[in-house]
Amino acid sequence: MKQRWLMAAAAAAMLASTPALAENVLRWTSQGDALTLDPMSQNEGPTNSMNGQIYETLVTRDAGMKLQPELAVSWTSAPDGWTFKLREGVTYHDGSAFTAEDVAFSIVRAQSPSSDFKEQVKNITSVEIIDDYTVKLMTDGPNPILPNQLTSTYILDKGWAEKHNVVVPQDFKAKEETYAVRNANGTGPFKVVSRAPDELTVLERNTAWWGDKLFPGNIDRIEYRPIGNAATRVAALLSGEVDFVLDPPLQDLKRIEASDGLKVITVAQIRSIFFGMDQGSDELRTSDVKGKNPFKDVRVREAFNLAIDKSAIQRVVMEGLSFPTAMITPPGVLGNTPENDPPFGFDVAKSKALLAEAGYPNGFTVRLDCPNNRYNNDEKICQAAVAMLAKVGVKVNLEAIPKAQHFPKIQKRSTDFYMLGWGVPTLDSHYVFSYLLAKEGSWNATGYDNARVNEITEAIATETDIEKRTAMIDEAWTLIQADKPYVPIHHQVIAWGLSDKLDVPIGADDALRPRFAVMK
Amino acid sequence: MFSLILRRLVQSILVMLSVSVISFSLFNFVGDPVNNMVGQDATREDRERIRQELGLDDPVLTQYGRFIGNAVQGDFGLSYRIKRPVDQLIAERLPATLELVFVSAIIALVLGISAGVYTGIQRNSWMSRTVLSASLIGVSLPTFIIGIALIYLFAVHLRWLPSSGRGGTIDFGWWKTSLLTLDGWRSIILPALTLSLFQTTIILRLVRAEMLEVMQADFIKFARARGLTERAINFGHALKNTLVPVITIIGINVGGLIAFSVITETVFQWPGTGLMFIQAVDFVDVPIMAAYLCFVALVFVIVNLVVDLLYFVIDPRIRLGGS
Repeated sequence: MKQRWLMAAAAAAMLASTPALAENVLRWTSQGDALTLDPMSQNEGPTNSMNGQIYETLVTRDAGMKLQPELAVSWTSAPDGWTFKLREGVTYHDGSAFTAEDVAFSIVRAQSPSSDFKEQVKNITSVEIIDDYTVKLMTDGPNPILPNQLTSTYILDKGWAEKHNVVVPQDFKAKEETYAVRNANGTGPFKVVSRAPDELTVLERNTAWWGDKLFPGNIDRIEYRPIGNAATRVAALLSGEVDFVLDPPLQDLKRIEASDGLKVITVAQIRSIFFGMDQGSDELRTSDVKGKNPFKDVRVREAFNLAIDKSAIQRVVMEGLSFPTAMITPPGVLGNTPENDPPFGFDVAKSKALLAEAGYPNGFTVRLDCPNNRYNNDEKICQAAVAMLAKVGVKVNLEAIPKAQHFPKIQKRSTDFYMLGWGVPTLDSHYVFSYLLAKEGSWNATGYDNARVNEITEAIATETDIEKRTAMIDEAWTLIQADKPYVPIHHQVIAWGLSDKLDVPIGADDALRPRFAVMK
Repeated sequence: MFSLILRRLVQSILVMLSVSVISFSLFNFVGDPVNNMVGQDATREDRERIRQELGLDDPVLTQYGRFIGNAVQGDFGLSYRIKRPVDQLIAERLPATLELVFVSAIIALVLGISAGVYTGIQRNSWMSRTVLSASLIGVSLPTFIIGIALIYLFAVHLRWLPSSGRGGTIDFGWWKTSLLTLDGWRSIILPALTLSLFQTTIILRLVRAEMLEVMQADFIKFARARGLTERAINFGHALKNTLVPVITIIGINVGGLIAFSVITETVFQWPGTGLMFIQAVDFVDVPIMAAYLCFVALVFVIVNLVVDLLYFVIDPRIRLGGS
């Protein structure tokens, strides 16, 4: 009897110590660290990606970009809003319980002036708490895509926020750092153990997480160390110091693939790269054509489209890692159908003929504004375009500058010809129309103004009849494809470099989903 | 001596004021921070509001006045990028930079002086020739190439040392040191070596040139005539007389090491002030850029002051002339 007890005790001891022995640590790196742990302060990729491991939203997306329940288990729409059934028995990392109160609080917090997620929740007028696990988000009219918009609205504990005086995100006028910048209390699958910005952030598995047994992931600990220099980042993967690099430079992929024990996985990203042409101004700022604007003529815009050899850019500049296109939004976004996404053309002779027809047989000069630290090979794409446009007689002066100087030109609408990339977090054409194509769109520096497109942009914001709405989206795209306000180049491809021992799904949003990560 | 220090302090304030004016007028060309501070879907009104709150639309002089006004009260503002107080961030990152500079200065001094003395005395041996040609690498190759080459050799190929970061730190109050653990030393070797290479070369060549000159001097001949040992002549008399210019250069270079560890820190993701500055430039994080540039100016001023004071100790002629 005594012996049996001893054996049982020994077995128990062994069991207890097993997880420690076989602890699966995911060590990974990328260029830029999260800027803050406050999940509403900064709407930026790496920040959202980090906070998404600690905090959760009502509705989330899986790696295939399908909506999935997270803190909400189901949702239904009514003309005046959406009702969400909440998950029961969920606790925050500090042990307090998650209830409808927290949802109401978090939506209001996301709407506060210092939040960077106001746009996603601007249609919500109030939050009605029906019971502890049911909320109704009242909207200022029907909103067909509210769940799509909520996939980055993280839920915080009201009590925790009040206790630490972080009921609103940190203000830019603030003199002091708020508690939420370096401390977090979410409901998510990982807890913060330590955080040294730009150095090392350690997260540990939250064994009390509601999904702990529901997801395949077996990671016990995440060590994230940002490495800004691309060559050093790749070296860390090659030397086995990290298991995963989120953003290896394209030119190093072959080398990673060729190394023992490493692999590269890729997926089409929801981000398209294109050039905008200012067709709104009466005269271009940087052109030798005075008194008129060549881009006002659709023939010139078409000529530009035909002059650029997108396949060559894919082959030579992008090492094959891009999808050349004639549409400024990629497959996966509602509205990108085979009909709306025609094959792209490349025809130097026709391009020249169109320019001649438009009155520019010898071309003209214009400046191309281009970022040099934002998109994959951005500056090289622009250089290629300059050479291609030269073949049809258009002399393009390239100005490739850092993004901090490039983007204000677009926002102030003070550029004639520029590169922009656009991702679509809602996966809906409305996000493309309202920012890039509507007359008042805040990123529409083309001055494109088509009355019907403007009308449709407004209409689809509230149209809940899916069929009617889709028909309108198709109509708008047909108009846009005829008007050609942009020169689409390609959709980007995401490539990750990782150890053979690691299995993790890659998603079009470039976010790491450690709940699915399996370490062999 | 006291008046010298006082004069230097007044000068240093002027230097820092002019550095801050120049740097402030440059910030307007770096770009628009607001674009990095909000997501792509922020509205135009929102961007305008933030720009106003931060006073970015004010004339440069107004912005500068505000910065100086706050700075003299010890308030350097919050970083736009990581939303934390700038003085705290600099204090947090400084130990990493200082330790890196300390180790690389030691490497540069030991290697530079000993190789300099050797090549100065044995100037025709094959060893001297090899050292001298190898030292050309130190001045001619850019730091980041040397850094990357060292990473690929020692981290990727041989796997002896980590490629980046500052592993194994121990906290002493606010000072986080990596000089007390094996891991910490393993991490600091490559960046310190990279940073020291240029300095090593300069010191080597300078010591060698000075040695060649001093060895021709009369007092060395007399020392020989007195029958002193080679060792006593080389180190006791010759080297000592080469030190004044060497110390000047080393002093200026230590300031330079602190200020220009930027590239080394970026290559090795060394979490010091240099890395922080580069990231600030990328983000247009004006509060950090402003405070950092003033800080670097202060470092140069202090280092120069220390160098001037060291002359008193080393060179009796200056000491006697001064009093």
